[in-house]
Amino acid sequence: MAGVVVFCETTEKGIRSASLPALTAAGQLAQQQGGTVTAVVIGAGVGAAAQDAARYAAKVIAYDDPRLAAPLAETYAPLLADAVKRSGAGALVGTATSTGKDFLPRAAALLGAGMASDVIAVLGTNRFRRPAYAGNALEEIELGGAVIVASVRQTEFPPAAPLATPGAVENGTVGNLDALGAEVVALHATKTVRPDLGEAKVVVSGGRGMKAGENFKILEQLTDLLGGALGASRAACDAGMVPNDLQVGQTGKVVAPQLYIAVAISGAIQHLAGMKGSKVIVAINKDAEAPIFQVADYGLVTTWEAAIPALIAEIKKLKASG
Amino acid sequence: MKILVTCKRVPNPEQKLKFAGGGIDLGAATWQVNTFDEYAVETALRLTEKGKGGERSGEVVVVAVGPKDVSQQMRGVLAMGADRGILVGAEDAALDADAVARILRAVVDREKPDVVILGKQTVDGDSNQVGQILAGLLNWPQATFLASVRLAADGKSATVTREIDAGTEEKRVRLPAVLTVDLRIIGKKAVRNEALAGPEVEWEETQRYASLKGIMAAKKKEIKEITVAELGVSPAPLMKVVSYQAPPTRKAGVKVSSVEELVQKLHNEAKVI
Repeated sequence: MAGVVVFCETTEKGIRSASLPALTAAGQLAQQQGGTVTAVVIGAGVGAAAQDAARYAAKVIAYDDPRLAAPLAETYAPLLADAVKRSGAGALVGTATSTGKDFLPRAAALLGAGMASDVIAVLGTNRFRRPAYAGNALEEIELGGAVIVASVRQTEFPPAAPLATPGAVENGTVGNLDALGAEVVALHATKTVRPDLGEAKVVVSGGRGMKAGENFKILEQLTDLLGGALGASRAACDAGMVPNDLQVGQTGKVVAPQLYIAVAISGAIQHLAGMKGSKVIVAINKDAEAPIFQVADYGLVTTWEAAIPALIAEIKKLKASG
Repeated sequence: MKILVTCKRVPNPEQKLKFAGGGIDLGAATWQVNTFDEYAVETALRLTEKGKGGERSGEVVVVAVGPKDVSQQMRGVLAMGADRGILVGAEDAALDADAVARILRAVVDREKPDVVILGKQTVDGDSNQVGQILAGLLNWPQATFLASVRLAADGKSATVTREIDAGTEEKRVRLPAVLTVDLRIIGKKAVRNEALAGPEVEWEETQRYASLKGIMAAKKKEIKEITVAELGVSPAPLMKVVSYQAPPTRKAGVKVSSVEELVQKLHNEAKVI
């Protein structure tokens, strides 16, 4: 079987930008397999998203139904499996977002497919590279079976470029939906005007050394001055200083910005796993022996109390002169 | 309330990995319970308790897949308070998430728990798949990456909060269901069984450690050993690791002596601001 189905997550206006790297990876895999890319959008009122997806994929299957308003693994995973079967595809690909991580393995189970998580490179028709052991090892893996599933790491594939001619949109038949008694009761979105952590050009993260949640305010100032996203170490999240959706690391988000500024973060293995792909890393820590300095391009040994206000002032000065 | 909870052994994540001939040499590794599975055990115990150190109602069954040595980690979990263990003998390194999930499904078929709780991922394989695959195979609802869980007094549903990219999602699932837990689940107010504990109940902000009494009691608890063949499951994996490599290392950079120097370097040398 040939062809790759890509799960494209949707917003009101189109597909989520986090899905664009999955379209790129799917294109690479389709080339290996000698097939085409079919994008799948699922939800209630996904017309705009389907049109948007068609800019990147030769074919789009849209499952549009009021009962699909809330994204649920119980209802979405069977439709992903359906799209694979309907298009005779040999692979299902999506991005390793919180939604992708939730839905794709369930779809793999329904397809009887082996799955590769957090793929960073497509090596062949069924071969991938992915990190394990908190990024301290890279595995080359091979998937057996007629159908394979992969979630890809957003930061490791460039966003897909639009096709010369948009693809065709086809409506998928939703049929019976059984949420198995599962329902989304509420969604508490973190209100932020900052870019998404996974996509930001600059990320400023604070660690346990920030001591208290209110001290993150000064990091927010620095973040906003640089037009970046705010992150945190697991230790800071664990201590309840900031919400867990800011967590950068093995068990949080993986980021690879142009500039990563780690403030009062010691650099535990599990944190490094989430940020060592950054282009330029700055570490500010009062402990000269902190492991974070081993991966930092520029290290400054001092307290955040001393460094951050001065850094903000200095960058303002630079911007004023520039 | 009967809860099945997983306990995978992982090599100590603080130890440096030894690469040898395209593989990882774990010969000298020390093993421990996957942290997220410890959180799963803590969650399961809280769901069967009336409060901190209070009376218990219900059963927590721990299941592990691996070689005989895993009984050591399992004893530790029994010492935390779990009631009994099931050890499915297998070469754990040769299994993939699909095989583990199929083994767990066979255990679920035998044990018929009301809830299965797993860590959201293991910290060695980092795949984050088993719970979701298990739920798919069972055709049960799933609630993944939990920050909190509240079991309804009638024991028929669970209301949870999940950590997602955009913030927090509140989800309700009918039981039986598969739950996977994230780090917030060990918060003071994160877990409650409404049939047993009131809203005032608070827990320690950490997973519990085994008490001496717990360790003594664990010695008498049952660990049932069973083979994959007895469960009628083929352990053949769909995913095979071809090779392991060390990732490219970053070379350590320079230490700067002042904020001014840092900003100059970021502007003129790295050109990122």
